[in-house]
Amino acid sequence: MAFFIQQTLVFMIPLMIVALAGTFSERSGVINLALEGIMIFGAFIGVLFIKIISDAGLGQDHAQLLLIIGILAAMIGGGIFSLLLAVSAINLKADQTIGGTALNLLAPALVMFLIIIITGSNTINTPASLDFMLYRGDFGIAEGKELNLFEQIFMNKVYLSNWYALGLYVILSVILYFTKFGLRLRSCGEHPQAADSVGINVNKMRYIGVTISGTLAGLGGFLFALTAAGGASTGDVAGMGFLALAVMIFGNWNPLTIAGAAFVFGACKCIASGYQYIDINGDGIYALANLGISKYVYMILPYAITLIILAFTSKNSHAPKAEGQPFDHGQR
Amino acid sequence: MDNYIIEMLNITKVFPGIIANDNITIQLKKGEIHALLGENGAGKSTLMSVLFGMYKPEAGIIKKNGEVVEINDPNDATALGIGMVHQHFKLVEVFTVLDNIILGAETTNKLGFLKKKEAREKVERLSKEYNLQVDLDAKVQDISVGMQQRVEILKMLYRDNEVLIFDEPTAVLTPQEIEELLLIMKNMAKSGKSILFITHKLNEIKAVSDRCSVLRKGKYIGTVNTSDTTIEELSEMMVGRKVDFNVFKKPSEPKEEILRVENISLKSKIKKGNVVNNVSFNVRRGEIVCVAGIEGNGQTDLVYGITGLEKITSGNIFLKGKNITHASIKERNTNGFSHIPEDRHKYGLILDFTLENNMVLQRYEEPMFQNHGFIKPKAVREYSDKLIEEYDVRSGQGSVTIVRSMSGGNQQKAIIAREMDKDHDLLIAVQPTRGLDVGAIETIHKRIVKERDEGKAVLLISLELDEVMSLSDRILVMYEGEIVGEFDPKTTTVQELGLYMAGAKRMEGGSK
Repeated sequence: MAFFIQQTLVFMIPLMIVALAGTFSERSGVINLALEGIMIFGAFIGVLFIKIISDAGLGQDHAQLLLIIGILAAMIGGGIFSLLLAVSAINLKADQTIGGTALNLLAPALVMFLIIIITGSNTINTPASLDFMLYRGDFGIAEGKELNLFEQIFMNKVYLSNWYALGLYVILSVILYFTKFGLRLRSCGEHPQAADSVGINVNKMRYIGVTISGTLAGLGGFLFALTAAGGASTGDVAGMGFLALAVMIFGNWNPLTIAGAAFVFGACKCIASGYQYIDINGDGIYALANLGISKYVYMILPYAITLIILAFTSKNSHAPKAEGQPFDHGQR
Repeated sequence: MDNYIIEMLNITKVFPGIIANDNITIQLKKGEIHALLGENGAGKSTLMSVLFGMYKPEAGIIKKNGEVVEINDPNDATALGIGMVHQHFKLVEVFTVLDNIILGAETTNKLGFLKKKEAREKVERLSKEYNLQVDLDAKVQDISVGMQQRVEILKMLYRDNEVLIFDEPTAVLTPQEIEELLLIMKNMAKSGKSILFITHKLNEIKAVSDRCSVLRKGKYIGTVNTSDTTIEELSEMMVGRKVDFNVFKKPSEPKEEILRVENISLKSKIKKGNVVNNVSFNVRRGEIVCVAGIEGNGQTDLVYGITGLEKITSGNIFLKGKNITHASIKERNTNGFSHIPEDRHKYGLILDFTLENNMVLQRYEEPMFQNHGFIKPKAVREYSDKLIEEYDVRSGQGSVTIVRSMSGGNQQKAIIAREMDKDHDLLIAVQPTRGLDVGAIETIHKRIVKERDEGKAVLLISLELDEVMSLSDRILVMYEGEIVGEFDPKTTTVQELGLYMAGAKRMEGGSK
């Protein structure tokens, strides 16, 4: 059970944070299909920074500090990369779907290119000597003590980065709904002419929306590389960016429902990757593995469920009304 | 001189292909209601957008209380105490009323969190003071158009604006709502607000305004004291010629039946029961049949049923004797229907297409406009140019104008041109003159009578009783989805119709 929840969180939190990334962009009126590409780029930048610093002989004893530096680097990298989308969508009034797709094509190619230049191989890794995971000992729990469920989940084998991300998720959700900034951002995605008529700078808000989106997607990519991919950046995040888009739509562009949706998808991903280790009721029987179903069935599960859920829910979803439309000052 | 609160001096604003404002000067006194009168496309909205900082003029200055001010965006205007109710409301549909009012002028604590409680108290106080009833927690998409307008007014009051601009505020309102609005405007002027009121409805100008400035085709014509002038004089200033308010027509000579509806009903989407209930009537060649009634009594749905936009739940529809109850919209259109819809944005036009493409929306398949599936651009252009000329559709770039950029009145003219020019036996016109100025109304009324005289059948749905009385040959009154009476306009009165429209009276057996 503890294993199931922990593994689910490993997928759920990046999904959540990237879906929130999409929400910030789309609520401001810019469709962000580039989430996947930004994740790839953010993951690469985060891993690269940690590698550079530790290769320089610094921070070997301060893994948790390095982790924070990696996170910040990934966020800034993602934010800068997303500016490409912002410029094309806002200044050049280009088709946002095409702009996002272009970034998705650019990111893996660029990242692969850089990885090969830097390492000469197909991956770039955080140094094996660094372990960012926290164990029971780090929380002062003695060896040999029987762990209860809470301790199993929250105090053993945890990545603090996930909790940072969760905190950020809560803070940003509150900002989106209860602050002046959030109200204005949302108005730009719904009715930019109305926002303009009350003196809100729509293009500025959209820039901010896209940039926040980029930093969050970069963070999500880094989380994925660190946890699910075991500290490796390979120019690929396994379609998590697109899954996050689905989570965002399924979650109706609303942080609360996105969290719920991310849990469903995270659980599916967890089953897909670790079904043979899952022991739901703790009786030592691995029920899913014993069913004798082909492992491929489990592996397509998250993607199949995405398709099915979206087919049924997308009709009722309420996308921000003005998303995808370049803002034109003179339009009626 | 010094009692002017706002002066716009020698304003010139040019758009590609059109001079929207040509050296215009308007002066607004404190505490007055100043009407700005002009036809569609005369430049009224542009002038007000300049004052509100949404457009930058090429020449001219704006003064407030005698001092020159610079207005570069709506923020500057707001800071100067200028507020505006736009013709198309600027409200975020999924936000609550309160959120819409505070948007852009939010009060927050140090962390940027909204202080909604204070805002709510202020709005509640204002809504009581000016008698503007709104439901602060309702979402804008769920409230009536009249309430949306009250929200727009509260937006201005919330910002403590002292100069209020109303851009054609009555175009979307019912007669009752208009009366209410005019009263509110008078109250606000009394409490010291100065109001600029854009309109082309002359009786409203006579009812509320102190002075009136007239624009025509981008030029300034003059300013008059409303009490010293007559509706006839005003309309002559506006159109540049004498306007005939009476529709002259010969007695009708109805011939064979074109449209017959038998016992049709439509289910209501909002509430239980039928929104159109067991309605029967016919329209013959050479007559204008008018369905009158207060808005929301099923007229819209009746037309949806007849034109096929919605499925009828029971009954039959016959066109020239042929049962078309289950015919597609296209079959109805190609076999004799022409339809001027109520909602021109939803059913009349494709707003992001060019004017010429909109002109051939139903006809692109005719051999005249296509060859083996390829559109003949030249034929389309020629046809569109012809309609534009004939129906006086004004736009920035003629046939290639994107329809969205045109003014509402000219969009309406484009639809009328398309529907009247195409081959048809029956014209269904739903509020064809809504949002149009007197000059255009006069032209359209004449065209409708001409249609009749050429042997078409005309079904007219109108909320304006004057229009109903002057145009129709037969009047059907609709109340709560049923036809409650049939009248001859020569023998009935507006008062009698009013009683039936309000449900106070009904004829036994309804129609026929």
